[in-house]
Amino acid sequence: MSADPIVNISGLNKWYGEFHVLRDIDLEVTKGERIVICGPSGSGKSTLIRCINALEEFQEGEIVVDGIELGPNLKHVDAVRREVGMVFQSFNLFPHLTVLDNCTLAPIWVRNIPKKDAEETAMKFLERVKIPHQANKFPGQMSGGQQQRVAIARALTMNPKVMLFDEPTSALDPEMVKEVLDTMVDLAEEGMTMLVVTHEMGFAKEVANRVVFMDAGQIIEANTPSEFFATPQHARTKLFLSQILR
Amino acid sequence: MTDITASSFVREDLVAERPAPVKTAGFLGFVRTRLLNSPTNILLTILGLLLIWYTVIPTIKFLLVDAVWSGKDRTACLAENAGHPVGACWPFIQAKFPQLFYGFYPEAERWRVNLTFALGAVLLLPLLIPRLPAKGSNAGLFFFAFPAVAFFLLHGGGITGFGVSWVAGLLQLFADSISGVGEVLVGLSKASAAGPLLWAIGGAIALVGTLLHWVIFPLIWLRDQMQAAGQGLWLDFLITAVIVSVILFMLGGGARAGSRPLIASLATFAGIAAVIKLMGLDHGGMPIVDTRLWGGLLVTLVIAITGIVASLPIGIALALGRRSTIPLIRIFSITYIEFWRGVPLITVLFFATYMLPLFLPGNFTVDGLVRALIGVSLFTGAYQAENLRGGLAAVPRGQEEAASALGLSWWKTTSLIVLPQALRHVIPAIVNSFISLFKDTSLVSIVALFDLLGSLRASFADPVWTTPSTAFTGFAFIGIIYFIFCFGMSRYSLFVEHRLNAHRRN
Repeated sequence: MSADPIVNISGLNKWYGEFHVLRDIDLEVTKGERIVICGPSGSGKSTLIRCINALEEFQEGEIVVDGIELGPNLKHVDAVRREVGMVFQSFNLFPHLTVLDNCTLAPIWVRNIPKKDAEETAMKFLERVKIPHQANKFPGQMSGGQQQRVAIARALTMNPKVMLFDEPTSALDPEMVKEVLDTMVDLAEEGMTMLVVTHEMGFAKEVANRVVFMDAGQIIEANTPSEFFATPQHARTKLFLSQILR
Repeated sequence: MTDITASSFVREDLVAERPAPVKTAGFLGFVRTRLLNSPTNILLTILGLLLIWYTVIPTIKFLLVDAVWSGKDRTACLAENAGHPVGACWPFIQAKFPQLFYGFYPEAERWRVNLTFALGAVLLLPLLIPRLPAKGSNAGLFFFAFPAVAFFLLHGGGITGFGVSWVAGLLQLFADSISGVGEVLVGLSKASAAGPLLWAIGGAIALVGTLLHWVIFPLIWLRDQMQAAGQGLWLDFLITAVIVSVILFMLGGGARAGSRPLIASLATFAGIAAVIKLMGLDHGGMPIVDTRLWGGLLVTLVIAITGIVASLPIGIALALGRRSTIPLIRIFSITYIEFWRGVPLITVLFFATYMLPLFLPGNFTVDGLVRALIGVSLFTGAYQAENLRGGLAAVPRGQEEAASALGLSWWKTTSLIVLPQALRHVIPAIVNSFISLFKDTSLVSIVALFDLLGSLRASFADPVWTTPSTAFTGFAFIGIIYFIFCFGMSRYSLFVEHRLNAHRRN
């Protein structure tokens, strides 16, 4: 690994009541690295990446994002969130705002950017995800794939240093999965640091630098995609792969 | 083999268009397909026609056909003089109109009421029409400037001080009440078993009160100096304007952010000065009209509009408080909501009017109308909070998470993402409460305030107009007035709902 970690998770432990969801997680992400996190449902993958931008609190350990420390008492939450963009499984676009307003809201209200500049930037990102002509539609008037691409554009308008994807294609019809994955591949090629929770193993093979396999709240195995898929080491990993790859 | 020939088909002649055998469009079509299309529907249609016949026809007959339209007193509205059965007695309304509209507001001062209503209408109408510009300053004028101007117009009187004096007065009251509590505790300690403890706590509280007195002493000294110097109001006004403008300038980012906030603040104060000068508030203002003289539609509208404007923010604050993670705020909100919802409005008004003065310190009185206003606002606020809670619950959690993930603070997430969606969900319920509030204003007549309904009932006592149809005429008339306002609100809410829910139409 290079000496330039942008996200550093060490000794992370989290409980939901008595249930130990994350156990001793250590993960170092270097700048520009693409990490795919996979594992059976309930293994804590979503919870892990939601800890990185403090949507979940944790009880033990430390997360450092771009030099900003996020301890169990969640100091510096706002500073971290400004550096980290997130894309959700269910899009979570704001339904009462147009696509353009969805993309300018945070720059205007968080970064205090004048409305005109914010709109210009937003249009640039909407062009990048290939939906500039839909800018004045409401999210409810678009297909799931288009909505997810808007969600990606919305996160990018804040110029994040890290992008988190929480199962971005799980709620989509099969023929829309590709357009979203293509957008993510483009993003990866531009050198964005990405942490992606997904079951799209094709995407993992194509763009990931590292695949992290989680089960029962812990990291079981982490390796380069070629090694991970060809020669899985742990028995649990082998079982998982045999179930999802037919 | 036969199957294959049967499934292959080529049309040789195209079928020409023909009219439908049974006409379903137009009026006749409507009658045939919707009103007379089955025995049950034929029966229901006949019942419906009978219902209309027995309700609408007599109403028209009473209000228009058999009505008496002119006359000087009751004799015009008697059947033997009119020569036909008498319906509505409209001259009664004509004679009592001022009372129904203004109550006992002095005749010479009634232009002030008219001016207030005209001013309110001029400010409210552009606010209701989405196409018109400058919504921000318009709303500011209606929600902040108008109430103050309306108060001095309707009630009269002037002001002797401004910001500095008011703040000094409030702080003094605060410090006095703290000292008061301390002295009461010290007094109690002599008769109590826990004497020393009470004495210590009381002494400490009294000491805090005294310290506060010393802290605010310069402010009070400044006020007294200004009052002694004669033109205290203008000096006070100037100091307040400077202090507020400087604070706004600092908060607005100082010179770096430009002089816009400074100019806006100065313009606001110039406007306030103009109003003070125009209404002569520095010279005692207009003659005071005690609220006991107010009545009729004036009181109804004052209570309804104040209640509507004040209850929504109260409701929003309580609804958010009820969802708060801070136990103290949550428990306070729940207690407040459950208390006000569990008590009838009549009890609230009665308590506010007759019981509250017994608890307040002797020299501290609140005007009767103001007590009713506060009671109605707090009461409706609790209902609005519950309406809104439904709306807040309907906003998915993911919305808040997405906003937080973008770096928006709790306040911005709530005001830009959560509340706009929640309010859209519950427009019908909110307006329902507004309409209900508008009609509930008639309950204030039990605490000796003469609203529209109370004024009407008072006017029945006039022997000059006692006829068999007086009461029916009066109730029909104010019924129509209530209906116009409530129906107006209802239609406007439908318009707003349609407009704000543009995102749900595909």
